[in-house]
Amino acid sequence: MQLSVNCDLAEALPASLMDLRQGDAAILDGIDLPMEDARRLMELGFLPGTQITAGRSAPGGDPRVFQVDGSEIALRRETARRLKVRGKKTAKLDAKPRV
Amino acid sequence: MSGCSDCGSCNPATVVEFPGSPTALKTVAVIGPPNSGKTTLFNRLTGLRQKVANFPGVTVEQHTGLATLPDGRTLQLIDLPGVYSLSPRSEDEQVAYDVLTGQRSDTAKPEAVLLVLDSTNMGRHLMLAAPILSLGLPTLVILNMADDLRSRGGRVDVEKLAGELGAPVALVSARRGQGVEKVFDFLAGAMPKPAPKELPILQDVPKCRAWAGHIGSQAAYRAPAPPKWTRRLDGVFLHPLGGPLLFLAVVVAIFQTIFTVAEPSETLVDWVIGHIGNWIAAALPAGLFKSLVIDGVFKGVGSVIVFLPQILLLFLFIGILEDSGYLARAALIADRTMAKVGLQGKSFIPLLSAYACAVPAIMSTRTIENKRDRIATILIAPFMTCSARFPVYLLIIAAFIPNRPLLGRFLSTGAAAMLGLYILGFLVAVLTARVLKSSILKSGRTPFLLEMPSYRWPTFTSLGLRLLDRSKVFLVRAGTIILLVSVLLWGALNLPYTNGHPPEIANSLAGTVGRTIEPAIKPLGFNWKIGIGLITAVFSRETIIATLGTIYGMDPASNKEGLQAAIHHDLTAGGAFALLVFFAFAMQCISTIAVVRRETGGWKWPVLQFSYMTLLAYVGAFAAFHLIH
Repeated sequence: MQLSVNCDLAEALPASLMDLRQGDAAILDGIDLPMEDARRLMELGFLPGTQITAGRSAPGGDPRVFQVDGSEIALRRETARRLKVRGKKTAKLDAKPRV
Repeated sequence: MSGCSDCGSCNPATVVEFPGSPTALKTVAVIGPPNSGKTTLFNRLTGLRQKVANFPGVTVEQHTGLATLPDGRTLQLIDLPGVYSLSPRSEDEQVAYDVLTGQRSDTAKPEAVLLVLDSTNMGRHLMLAAPILSLGLPTLVILNMADDLRSRGGRVDVEKLAGELGAPVALVSARRGQGVEKVFDFLAGAMPKPAPKELPILQDVPKCRAWAGHIGSQAAYRAPAPPKWTRRLDGVFLHPLGGPLLFLAVVVAIFQTIFTVAEPSETLVDWVIGHIGNWIAAALPAGLFKSLVIDGVFKGVGSVIVFLPQILLLFLFIGILEDSGYLARAALIADRTMAKVGLQGKSFIPLLSAYACAVPAIMSTRTIENKRDRIATILIAPFMTCSARFPVYLLIIAAFIPNRPLLGRFLSTGAAAMLGLYILGFLVAVLTARVLKSSILKSGRTPFLLEMPSYRWPTFTSLGLRLLDRSKVFLVRAGTIILLVSVLLWGALNLPYTNGHPPEIANSLAGTVGRTIEPAIKPLGFNWKIGIGLITAVFSRETIIATLGTIYGMDPASNKEGLQAAIHHDLTAGGAFALLVFFAFAMQCISTIAVVRRETGGWKWPVLQFSYMTLLAYVGAFAAFHLIH
């Protein structure tokens, strides 16, 4: 979402974990992967309805670490793309975690 | 879960009442999710009395150990592989499930279970409690990392949790040893058991998680605050610019140290072995038996032990990286580059180590959970230019390439040739990885998942036990095969024995083989002498130098110039180039073959690998010979 679209339109577009930048959070909606793989992800905490926060990443943004259910799990872009999210909360620029 | 239906067929007479029964336990299984500190607890309970082997037929490693209870009784602990669930899908889960349900003929069915969970991540880890507890075995739920939980402001009511689960619960810090006495209490049968509770049978993960969450809230569980130090350190180690730079620094430091230490340590071990050998030789009467003991057994074993310092050093590094939590970050940073050849971030460190020696590198692939990625890494590791190829390259390059400056003082022709051979090995490895990962080892669409553990200080005990464990694996398991091959090779070099003397190397069995294979290696530009060298190089690559030295009748150490001249006389430039290419590609190392067999759990992969590499070496050498001609 590089263009400044209005909020309604942004809601309408199916967003995925890939659209989250560092610090952004969203609610997981569904996993668009075969059952076995989805199960593996769910065992690690990626359950529909759970809040997921995007963390740091390898250089270039891939893979990226996601904070979910008390753990930090890194996913490649190709996997993150399959995890659909809703209710994205963008990280406020002034609320950057103090280091 | 599904396995519970089998319980009806169990013989009730064999079920030991526990706890409360005075009968001593025989076998206890330790199970838990990855990163729950399961192995730390296992080490804490068993200390040095551990054994490591592979479960027969699979690549899953079986760690067993003995624990002595305060009352003097001893029992056996099995450290099962880390699993997230008990539904048998991966090989690890299958083994864990089979052991727990008594379906493995090689392992006694455990009479009790220690379920190790990370207390700082209890909500998620409790999901494993449902299937484990419904197995019906006496189980102690161990909430590990209690020190972290407390320091980060989390808490849990152990009594209430025990009531909810219908199983005893202990809050433990295996790293610090806090609360471990409760585990011994449980093992001794001295822990009060709460009233058993009917647990729901949960097939799908969301329901299981909801149940775990409910149990947690009933037990007044308060999740700890996010790990402050981990976030801070990730700010440095995963910094967009600083992260890769630090990664590079770590990589260079490891590579440099192993490379620098490799040669002197090998020389030192060689020296020590040589002296012990001389001492034994002096005590034995001359003859066939002495030759067998010294040249066969002793040299064979010696060729294994020289790798030990490198193995220990590499595992010290990997131990520090893994226990501190940095290995996961390094894998994250390396992942994108490795993905280009179809591999993943965790393959990076093993492949890097293979530049020193493929043996420890292949052993270190255990950090790669994905089996196909692990096999692919094992298969390409021997293409990396290991330190044993170095002296061979050095000899041939020095004999054939006049050393002239190429780029001023920075690069000479010799160094450029050496660099070229390093690049050649690397390119073939990359190509092979691509081929493997797009054919027989295709990963499908299995997502790449990498859990980032919190940073922790590695402990000396854990590092020490890891080194001991790996040395045992290497010396005992690989050593047996190497010993066998060594004795066979000795036979080939020393038979037929005539008039109480071993034959000239040219007339020995190996010499005969060398002559026999001459037609096959002639197209590569090699004569039968080089052929014998190639056969003995199966021992380990650098052995060819000593063999050629013997064949040409000179001491390779004192007469290097002479050996170079002799080789120069016997090989054309094309043949020399072919020999270099042959060494770059061929899998001439029985230690590596033995280790691949162990790590892959059978002969299939080492045979495939050896055939592939030999074929490639032959074709490559053939092409090289005809290119120059």
